[in-house]
Amino acid sequence: MYTRAQVLLWTAQRASAVVLAVCVIIHLVTIIYAIRNGITAAEILGRTRGSYAWCGFYAIFVAAVAVHAPIGLRSVLAETLNWRGAGLDLTVLATGLALALWGFRAVYAVFV
Amino acid sequence: MKSDFRARNHPAYWAFLAHRVSGVLLSLFLPLHFWALGRALQGEAGLDAFLRWSEQPLVKFAETVLVLLLAAHLTGGLRLLALEFLAWRDWHKSLLALAAGVTLAAGLAFLLNVI
Repeated sequence: MYTRAQVLLWTAQRASAVVLAVCVIIHLVTIIYAIRNGITAAEILGRTRGSYAWCGFYAIFVAAVAVHAPIGLRSVLAETLNWRGAGLDLTVLATGLALALWGFRAVYAVFV
Repeated sequence: MKSDFRARNHPAYWAFLAHRVSGVLLSLFLPLHFWALGRALQGEAGLDAFLRWSEQPLVKFAETVLVLLLAAHLTGGLRLLALEFLAWRDWHKSLLALAAGVTLAAGLAFLLNVI
């Protein structure tokens, strides 16, 4: 792979990691707080339905995950299985797109 | 020179392995997580059915493991960012212990609230 592409992937991995660090801290605190008396659909949807703030937060979360996870998996697959080339790049791209679509569907589901 | 297990048996190597394993497992979990939340498209009842299923002790245990994995990947990632982007300081050597401590605290906080 061209050096420029490697640098781009490295930068995207670190930039998405910084966004995810903030998102995961908020997510963990929310989970631990919300679970304390058991959790119901009414409780979750009461917080997220119609809330542009939560919708925006989860949309950013999903976008960062869809960038971060496939690049990480790409490194693991390349270094563990010695898999290189277009096949790996296409698999990683498809994984990112699937995660983004599946994730945005989930964000939409708890917003509407 | 080929490195054997003794060369790898140090905290930084285990941190590297924990970061990789937690990342892969979290990636595998994501589709299931998105599918579960997507059940809200069928209304509150659809999501509630899933949440009732998740009340089983084994599922709660799995959720606790997931929280540990997420916290481990977060703290391990923050450690890597500090090592890569900040000028070296002596306290960076303590980041591994700090990461492990915060991970365990997050796991325990979740476990105490979920049971």
